[in-house]
Amino acid sequence: MQRRQLLQTAAVAGLAWTAVGRTAFAATSTQAGQQLPGNKRLIVVFLRGAVDGLSVVTPYSEGAYYQARSSIALARPGQDGGVLDLDGHFGLNPNLAPLMPLWQSGKLAFVQASGSPDPTRSHFDAQDYMESGTPGRKGTPDGWLNRLLGAEPAVPVQPGSGAHAGVTRGISVGATLPRIWAGPNPVANIANGARATKPTLLDRPQVSQAFDALYSGDDAMSKAYRESQQSRAEVNEAMTPAAMDREQMAANNGAPLPNGFPDDAARLAQLMRRDPNVQIAFLALGGWDTHVNQGGAKGQLANRLQPLGQGLAELATRLGPTFDDTTILVISEFGRTVRQNGTGGTDHGHGNVMWALGGGVAGGKVYGRWPGIDTSALNEGRDLAVTTDFRQVLAGVCAHNLGLPDNRLGAVFPGFDATPLNLSRA
Amino acid sequence: MTLPTALPMTRRSALAAALAAVAWRPAFALVDSPEAAQAEALHVLNRLAFGPTPGDLERVARMGTPAWIAEQLHPERLALPSFLADQLAALHTPNETQREMVQQYRDMQKAAKEAKQAETASPDGKKPQTEEGAQRRQQVAQITVEAGDERLLQALNSPRQLQEVLVDFWFNHFNVFQGKGLDRVLVENYEREAIRPNVLGRFRTMLGATAKHPAMLFYLDNWLSVAPGFQPRRGGGKQASGLNENYAREVMELHTLGVDGGYTQQDVTELARILTGWTMLPQQPKRRRRVDIDSAPVYARGRQQADSIFVFDPERHDDGSKTWLGHSVAPGGQMEGEFALDVLARHPATAKHIAFKLARRFVADDPSPALVDRLAQRFLDTDGDLRAVMQALVDAPEFRDPRPVKFKTPYQYVMSAVRASGIATTNVKPLMAVLAQLGQPLYGCQTPDGFHDTEADWLNPNAITQRVNFATALASGKLPLQRVDDPNDASGANGMKAMERQADRAMNASFAIQGTTPPVDATALLATLGPAISDKTRAAVGAAQPALRAALVLGSPDFMRR
Repeated sequence: MQRRQLLQTAAVAGLAWTAVGRTAFAATSTQAGQQLPGNKRLIVVFLRGAVDGLSVVTPYSEGAYYQARSSIALARPGQDGGVLDLDGHFGLNPNLAPLMPLWQSGKLAFVQASGSPDPTRSHFDAQDYMESGTPGRKGTPDGWLNRLLGAEPAVPVQPGSGAHAGVTRGISVGATLPRIWAGPNPVANIANGARATKPTLLDRPQVSQAFDALYSGDDAMSKAYRESQQSRAEVNEAMTPAAMDREQMAANNGAPLPNGFPDDAARLAQLMRRDPNVQIAFLALGGWDTHVNQGGAKGQLANRLQPLGQGLAELATRLGPTFDDTTILVISEFGRTVRQNGTGGTDHGHGNVMWALGGGVAGGKVYGRWPGIDTSALNEGRDLAVTTDFRQVLAGVCAHNLGLPDNRLGAVFPGFDATPLNLSRA
Repeated sequence: MTLPTALPMTRRSALAAALAAVAWRPAFALVDSPEAAQAEALHVLNRLAFGPTPGDLERVARMGTPAWIAEQLHPERLALPSFLADQLAALHTPNETQREMVQQYRDMQKAAKEAKQAETASPDGKKPQTEEGAQRRQQVAQITVEAGDERLLQALNSPRQLQEVLVDFWFNHFNVFQGKGLDRVLVENYEREAIRPNVLGRFRTMLGATAKHPAMLFYLDNWLSVAPGFQPRRGGGKQASGLNENYAREVMELHTLGVDGGYTQQDVTELARILTGWTMLPQQPKRRRRVDIDSAPVYARGRQQADSIFVFDPERHDDGSKTWLGHSVAPGGQMEGEFALDVLARHPATAKHIAFKLARRFVADDPSPALVDRLAQRFLDTDGDLRAVMQALVDAPEFRDPRPVKFKTPYQYVMSAVRASGIATTNVKPLMAVLAQLGQPLYGCQTPDGFHDTEADWLNPNAITQRVNFATALASGKLPLQRVDDPNDASGANGMKAMERQADRAMNASFAIQGTTPPVDATALLATLGPAISDKTRAAVGAAQPALRAALVLGSPDFMRR
């Protein structure tokens, strides 16, 4: 504690904006006491490029599915490469088998036929809307995760518990900060891969002291510099080998993780478990825009889903007891055409499936009204229709899983007045 | 203490005031004071080049910015220095044809597949290393790496700076992803044949060149899009039996009209039908029995490069009538697609979209609507003459606002830092590794929208830390920018991986790396950058220990902007 405080004091000495931020934090914490659910966590995984939801949660009991997808349909449960039965109607892609234990223990839920009220089939507009949380409105300056940071109470400080109020409440994995984080609340980002936690030249005191003098202003760059220095100090402390949890090391059985998502997921889990200040995390994965040779139980999409399933399972396991207070949302900008196209793939569609995992999720259930995939039921004659606004799911998780008070919901999802979907066990 | 510099330490604000006094002249001309001349030189070097190299400020100030800009608008009149010409001449890839490169890629795939089969068949499950397979991988890896060599060596050292800035801009506008299959070997050719020759030419020419280039045909899948119900005469028809609308959508959304350009889903589908048959030979790289390229019928060649493997295949073309963007399109083979590109290239929405992107790149994140309208009008008046549009842009008073309001992209930051350092770079691989770390891997944007271009996209906590680390490594000579490559190692994928590790280590405090390039001299650096570096930064630099001074300059907030 002392070392950290010293470090932070040194880093923020005399800087009004930080001082205000810290005071505000402390005040919230004090007033809130332990009644506010400051221990709740949220992790959002964005699948950029529009994952084919019908290949994730497959309506295997419907003949229309097999008619629409002559060469890329997934087989029925029990057949070679068949889906894993979920509820007698839907089945899970076999490449997501590592998630079945979570389904069976009721900690994994899906919302089928969910998506945006806006009809765009542009990846970039649709992602923008899902990140701003305001479909159809391009002018929204901030992202909903940043607004949530502002609305969400901070972690309560419990003397002697080892918990502390730091600045790192939002963490983004990746070299850039996406739209979903845009806004006034500070967010730290860490690099993908192992270099996220390696010491850098700037971690040397003589180097950092020299640069501190250059980044002492009130401008955006100076703020970013100081946020980075503070969050690095926290991350470094949480991720030192000494802090590594032996039990978790053993659970990994010494096996190295494959590169990419499982690796980043494991690192994020470690960080969130060790550092209670991290309440909201975000990471994105690309490569879902399968216009050509999408494949079925094997192939291009399967190769993407495998590490995703493995990484999500890894995340759940490594969060340990923290998983009980964590909700993991997997979202993607829109679904893909129900009928496969002329090149063994699928084109841009509309409705999709959203995933929710977590100890507090009332899982083992596919939520949402299923509109069906008979031609007459399709959106514009080609796509799965949307029966659940994606904001019903996001707002529902905020309200019911994170405990965000109703009167703050409007600040996170302005202009949204439908009923949030309750996926919570409580 | 005060550092000796070649320039008077004038405050940036004073310079801005001096500039404001002359800012409304018809062009940069008749600058009164040496300070103002240097500030103008800095401004154009920051916006139209990748920043100054040693001596540039004085040179451009002396010749005057109008003369320098005129030179830049005609890159063909500027000779490449012999060392750069030699570096480019040493590359193998520019001498290879599209079909040779595609062939090499397919040979590599074949070798890899055979190796995998041998692995499965062998009793110990080990992959036997064949010399042939390794050689094929090496060849493909070399093509991949050489694309980066060709790009970065020119960005750093070519006197045709505006051309290189525009190559970055237009490649990004017509983005393709090197990580996708065949594009590993085609990106170099794409940039050299479809982009670079056209960045100051006609927009329609570049649009057509990208539409027909195999890198784009492959990336956005149009090569496989065929008339519904098409049955290929040869086997392997599973891949293509109908429309794929990927390219048809993105060419309107990203390359021309813009997402709000007023087209519908019906227009996307109809354009996909119009563009069926725009494909390439060989048609199916995965097929085991290949079409012999030379004996295959060449249906229509158009005006593409002599070795282009683009073809229009009437058999794959949907020959029905189409209604697209309010036009009735009668059956006309390849001419339907040419007509569509004509319409798109001349559309007012396209002019506005391109004008906005150029204004955002060269002037401000939120350019004034008046500027965008003026550039769009110029685009329409000149039938998309990009040189005329650039001339209008540099003549605009908005362009001449001297405040450094643009936050550099990682690419601009890295290029400008190495240029300012004066290091004679022969090995750009560490820079490719750094670009990837900073979130802008060269040819590595997976999605067709390309990298974005505003401060909101690039300024984040981790970015500043990473830039400062890079600046420190570069200034202390830790990046091996002058290493003589071992041709057996460094040209291949292994060499690239090794270089990434080395760049990582150079920025990692746990490794004490012996510098391989000379450390950057802070005094010379400050002279090179002149008014770009503020008094505040100069004071901090002066107070720091000598070994850190150049790092502080390159890692300063001043140097993050242009």
